[in-house]
Amino acid sequence: MTDRHHHHDHVHAGDPHAPISDHGREPSFDYLVLERAVRELLIGKGVFTADEWRRQIELMDSRNPAVGARLVARAWVDPAFKQRLLADPKGAAAELGIDTTNTPEVAVVENTPDRHHLITCTLCSCYPKAILGIPPAWYKSDTYRARAVKDPRGVLREFGTELAPDVEIRVMDSTADLRYLVLPMRPPGTESLSEAELARLVTRDSMIGVAVARAPEPVR
Amino acid sequence: MSRFSPGDAVRVRNDWPETSGRRVHIRTPHFVRGREGVVERVLGTYPNPESLAFGQPGLPPQTLYQVRFAQAALFPDGTGNARDTLTADLYEHWLEAHP
Repeated sequence: MTDRHHHHDHVHAGDPHAPISDHGREPSFDYLVLERAVRELLIGKGVFTADEWRRQIELMDSRNPAVGARLVARAWVDPAFKQRLLADPKGAAAELGIDTTNTPEVAVVENTPDRHHLITCTLCSCYPKAILGIPPAWYKSDTYRARAVKDPRGVLREFGTELAPDVEIRVMDSTADLRYLVLPMRPPGTESLSEAELARLVTRDSMIGVAVARAPEPVR
Repeated sequence: MSRFSPGDAVRVRNDWPETSGRRVHIRTPHFVRGREGVVERVLGTYPNPESLAFGQPGLPPQTLYQVRFAQAALFPDGTGNARDTLTADLYEHWLEAHP
């Protein structure tokens, strides 16, 4: 108890080693205890084993934005694959050996010169984890979720993304059973790059829509 | 059969089950309730999360729709352009036809 109160009352201002906190969004002490109690009961009752629990976390941690980047790069070089990715994201992922079984449905939305998509989940923090891994802390924050729907251009500007005024911004609020992934535009000047080189330009943020894909390094 | 098709004008029910005093789990954001939008896509049929969240089977299943709204209509004091839009995924029982 003392520990818990110490943790929350501690003033971190000016302390460069202060733990990063999203103002109380981290699981509370009570939830940590609850999670551990339920997990130990389920293991004790044989619903799953400790090793299965550990493997599930390992699997979750193995998913990362590089998986999504492979899908995007393939879509950039192969128009037929792009059509399949837009029509049936899980089927297209399976073609590249990406396993999305037992994960929520995914919808892919394509950025074009006229339309830019921005993903959020105003009700919680829905995210295409099978393809991008664990979401960044800011994606789960109250401020991002509230401001992405109300002031998307302001949010984009703060991320360093300035869109032409005549581009339509379409905010996708993942309120239900689908998880959204942005297919960013292929940057200009990348005609000679290989698929693997293209994948390195596809950042996590470009697949959430707060940024565009990286420009290639200039040739020296 | 789904009740609505892409292009149909719909209005989100202006309903606030949160005020009933019951415990509820609602996946229709407050800021779209009572607002008018257009069906963009029919997303399929899913168990109703409002019952699923309480350990019930989610029956009858609900058709889910991607519904597009004009961003400026949802947030008149926002900073969006007239062309900016927001889409939310909404279950059929939250939608009514809007003439």
